[in-house]
Amino acid sequence: MINKLVPSLRDAVAGIKDGAIVLCGGFGQVGEPVALLNALRDTGVRDLVCVANNAGTGEEGLAGLIKDGRVRKVICSFPRTTDPHVFEAAYKAGRIELEVVPQGTLSERMRAGAAGIGGFFIRTAAGTKLGMGKETREIGGELYVLEEPIKADIALCRADRADRWGNLTYRKSARNFNPVMAMAAALTVVQVREMVALGALDPECIATPGIFVDRLVVA
Amino acid sequence: MKPLSRRQIAWRAAQDIEDGAYVNLGIGLPTLCSDFIPVGREIVFHSENGILGMGPAPTPGSEDPDLINAGKQLTTLVSGGSFFHHNDAFLMIRGGHIDVALLGAFEVSADGDLANWTTEDPNFSPGVGGAMDLAVGAKEVRVLVEHTTKDGRPRIRRRCAYPLTAARCVKRVYTTLAVLDIAKEGVVVREMVEGLDLAGLQAQTEAELVLANDWKRLAAPQV
Repeated sequence: MINKLVPSLRDAVAGIKDGAIVLCGGFGQVGEPVALLNALRDTGVRDLVCVANNAGTGEEGLAGLIKDGRVRKVICSFPRTTDPHVFEAAYKAGRIELEVVPQGTLSERMRAGAAGIGGFFIRTAAGTKLGMGKETREIGGELYVLEEPIKADIALCRADRADRWGNLTYRKSARNFNPVMAMAAALTVVQVREMVALGALDPECIATPGIFVDRLVVA
Repeated sequence: MKPLSRRQIAWRAAQDIEDGAYVNLGIGLPTLCSDFIPVGREIVFHSENGILGMGPAPTPGSEDPDLINAGKQLTTLVSGGSFFHHNDAFLMIRGGHIDVALLGAFEVSADGDLANWTTEDPNFSPGVGGAMDLAVGAKEVRVLVEHTTKDGRPRIRRRCAYPLTAARCVKRVYTTLAVLDIAKEGVVVREMVEGLDLAGLQAQTEAELVLANDWKRLAAPQV
């Protein structure tokens, strides 16, 4: 029998090692798996490389991990979001490394990682500072840069409802990066609002099929 | 001579959005455009975080914390709207499915280069968000910007001094003083505010200007 539901947040984040590459879902705080990120902080794990659209809001979730010095590097499109004081302080003090990636390139690099694609050429950032040093090719008269996939050790995602197979639905704009991140990691852990019986989710509305999900926790 | 207010710039840009267009509004000044769509036009607003059919800000009591715009402010969905994930949101942007992107800028060059993502101020961490994707991917990029900086330096330049968002992408610029087209013959003045002549506008513009034969006075209602 398949049952991906684990009893606690502690079980949900068990086994995550120092130095892991962690995909953190959300756009700002919407869709951010704050409870999972808080639980990850409580494990004492460190030296993390976190991939997220923004570098944390307030002092919880990703911001909490950064505040406690657990994050070596963030890869994101726009570090500053609503109340970014924790990241800003760490960045100014030189305590955290930042890689800025255009937002669409960030999600596409994870899709490539998820899809077994070794890289792709994209027009975004060609001829700009963020495209510097990247292999550039002219295709159909326009410049493209080569981008490499992101494959992660862990994805921490947030969804609305799930069944025990790990099928997921999302709510409104809280979907954002969560589906692609769920696909792009060796271990995908999802914080859900509600568990429902197998068969209760309309198959036409499942946005992330359970094949991509390893652990579920209600929080 | 009376420059347009920020809301009037947004009003002017909104008049050019065609019925049926799929439109992305950048953070800041462009966001105001949604208040000024002429009656009778059906426009579909796209948001990079996975929304088509974004509506106005919610009325008190109808806020939903899971429904935000690219600037992370609460928003709404109109009838016919839809949600999707980030890859599809940016596929729409880069793949030429968005008819118009209205963006803010630090600088625009005579060739239509756009600089709007970093001033390289060491006091802030850099961030690009979806700006580069929109600049290369939308079918048409139009910029809304104050004609000069607060200390009077031109924002319409021969070449951008700040790092580029994308080269040769801007088609039209709406400013406090004028409506300009980036065209083969140069930066063409389509409209200027009352009391300003080409020499007066040129004095506040670094890029060389060409006056369109059919140029008009730029006027906007009090909004």
